[in-house]
Amino acid sequence: MAVQPTSVTDVSDGLRGVGYLPGESTALVSYLATKLGKPVLVEGPAGVGKTELAKALSRYLDRTLVRLQCYEGLDEAKALYEWNYRKQLLRIQAEERGAGWEAVQEDIFSEDFLLARPLMTAISAPDPVVLLIDEIDKTDQEFEAMLLELLSEFQISIPELGRIEARTQPVVVLTSNNSRELTEALKRRCLYLWLDYPETEHELAIVRLHAPELSATVGRKLVELIQQVRALDLKKPPSIAESIDWARALLLLGAEDIDADVFRETMSIIVKHRTDLDTVAERVGVKLSDVSAPL
Amino acid sequence: MSAPPSDAGGLPARLLGFAEELREEGVAIGTSELLDAFEALGEVPWTEREDVREALAATLAKSQEDRRVFELVFDRFFFRSAEAEALHREVREDGGVGGEEGADAAAAEIDLEALRARIAQALRDGAEGPMRDLARLAIAAFGRQGEGSGVIGVDVQRIRRALGLRSEPQPELPADDPRREGLPRDALRAFEAHLRRELERALIERTQRLPPARPLNELDRALPSGPLQDLAAVHRIVAQLKRRLATQGHEARGRKRRAHVDVRRTMRASLQTGGVPLVLKFRPRRPRRPEIYVLCDVSTSVTSASVFFLSVLHALHDTFRKLRSFVFIERVSEVTEIFERERNFKAVSEAIGRDAGVADVSGYTDYGRVWEEFLALVEDDLHPRATVIVLGDARTNGRDPRADVFAAVTEKAGRTFWLNPEPRLYWNYGDSVIAAYEHYCQAFECWTTGQLEDFVKALTRPGIPSP
Repeated sequence: MAVQPTSVTDVSDGLRGVGYLPGESTALVSYLATKLGKPVLVEGPAGVGKTELAKALSRYLDRTLVRLQCYEGLDEAKALYEWNYRKQLLRIQAEERGAGWEAVQEDIFSEDFLLARPLMTAISAPDPVVLLIDEIDKTDQEFEAMLLELLSEFQISIPELGRIEARTQPVVVLTSNNSRELTEALKRRCLYLWLDYPETEHELAIVRLHAPELSATVGRKLVELIQQVRALDLKKPPSIAESIDWARALLLLGAEDIDADVFRETMSIIVKHRTDLDTVAERVGVKLSDVSAPL
Repeated sequence: MSAPPSDAGGLPARLLGFAEELREEGVAIGTSELLDAFEALGEVPWTEREDVREALAATLAKSQEDRRVFELVFDRFFFRSAEAEALHREVREDGGVGGEEGADAAAAEIDLEALRARIAQALRDGAEGPMRDLARLAIAAFGRQGEGSGVIGVDVQRIRRALGLRSEPQPELPADDPRREGLPRDALRAFEAHLRRELERALIERTQRLPPARPLNELDRALPSGPLQDLAAVHRIVAQLKRRLATQGHEARGRKRRAHVDVRRTMRASLQTGGVPLVLKFRPRRPRRPEIYVLCDVSTSVTSASVFFLSVLHALHDTFRKLRSFVFIERVSEVTEIFERERNFKAVSEAIGRDAGVADVSGYTDYGRVWEEFLALVEDDLHPRATVIVLGDARTNGRDPRADVFAAVTEKAGRTFWLNPEPRLYWNYGDSVIAAYEHYCQAFECWTTGQLEDFVKALTRPGIPSP
């Protein structure tokens, strides 16, 4: 039986229960999404848990996750539906002579010959699902326009068949890395959630959740370092995913403390650009060795 | 109890007023957003300020910039509404600040030194709760010294200075002083906000009316950003430019839902299935690979803009492989190699400043000569699928603009765009001859990332000659 949250705290606790620590606004917007049946547009830097939110929601609400990964050149045939051309052809071939064109035409444009793609699957599913449209900013504006009908009415128009309406109301999560401005029309139909890098305490909690064996002192130091690194002007600041990776790497290495040496060796986990590496080594690594020297 | 007239319409009217203020600050809010907001408010407990704020933000503010404006307007609007209501009902705070007996008495108990230490400690700990009370005490203590200027912004800074609150470390202070290490900037800003708010409240109580609402100033509204973040913004927009150039023409023709069927290959494949074309073969879609020539003015008249231009160039190099870039002052010189060799923006700009080999005798741009040399350099390579982008102010220093040579360049190239770092107002004044060139190309005003984005958008608009 699908879960129906009744308050913001419900959602917050529920998401916690499935291993996702939501911020205040995240919980509230997720709650509104389930209540109002509006899609949620999640924006923010890479690696702050936008996609993870959709996955956590599907786990918490006990719904199947239908995922549509967007990319440049994605079109209706891959996102919505496609006619099963081969099957149609075989059907025509198998037709007895004498059967009228009318009858055949009626036949081959029916749901049997339809290949459902993610969006179609999501709205025609018998049980409500969570639909994740990932990295919507990677598609073209034309594709966005095509989504509008789906997002506001939860229906799809197929010229040969007519309108297919959603049997159940899916929870829709759209994520965007903000690599281009989305159209007003799309934004208007969505609730907006901006996910940013979390506060120190929040991030510490997230790291501890994913790497529970990590000692408290190392964990705190790790998060503080990450925050320091983020404060620098980097091409690609480390994300939450990277702090978790780092924590796991430290566990594997059995590091007791993060000193200048450990930092230098493992730095490449959190910083991914050559120029960034230099900056970080210079600004943060040096500070570390200063602190550890007199001890 | 009779409802006060300001309550007419209740919550919906308030919300509409709030939306109206947001619109005045440039946040686009449509009726559908408002309906969503009402619906969302129905789902959250309206007594929780944070929940209400988040619910409104999720439905009304649809970008990070909007969100920031939203926060500021939300605070201002509800502060003012509460104050207006208090005025209306003639509620006054006992012991409120503003030279009343109670405040004086409270402040007299605590001397300035102790207050300083307590505030510094609260800022150090980032404790929000005591901060407000301490702000009021500070105002009261400060008020007794009689240094109030009456201008809230000035007073806030005076109080802060009087308390010796700074974000930089102050090593001359004793070791146990929390101010010694420097106070956290965020806490300091929060404290200033409290001071401002309390001073405003005091002013309203004194004058018994609300001061006129100030629009947000640009500084408040702008996202905090460093030059490097600007660089990132330029990179993002240029990435968009790439998409635009590559997919240009699709808009005019309408995107084909499928590629063309390659009949020859389909028939051939059908031989396997006894002549029934079971497997369709499509003609591959060939994306346009734009070839770009960028000319960038680096003379003194565009000094302020040239950092911006160089970062545009830098970003272009990151995205396009077939790109040749040139810088010019009096003569033109190719810098493609420097950009390809150096990934770091700082190193690139230094290298160009040092040894780009821009033959620069007078330091004045000579467009006529530049066109001639440019044409000679690339004449054989230019073709109708090439795009030429000129970054420059079109100030010829009184020399011959040689628009005819420029015309020859544009004729050879498919498209030519001109990005001018001067506001349109100054175009064609003095020695600016942009009009002469505008005949042959599309000219855009471009000195901020926003305008660069407009340029990218304009590329898709119909009316630009397609190649």
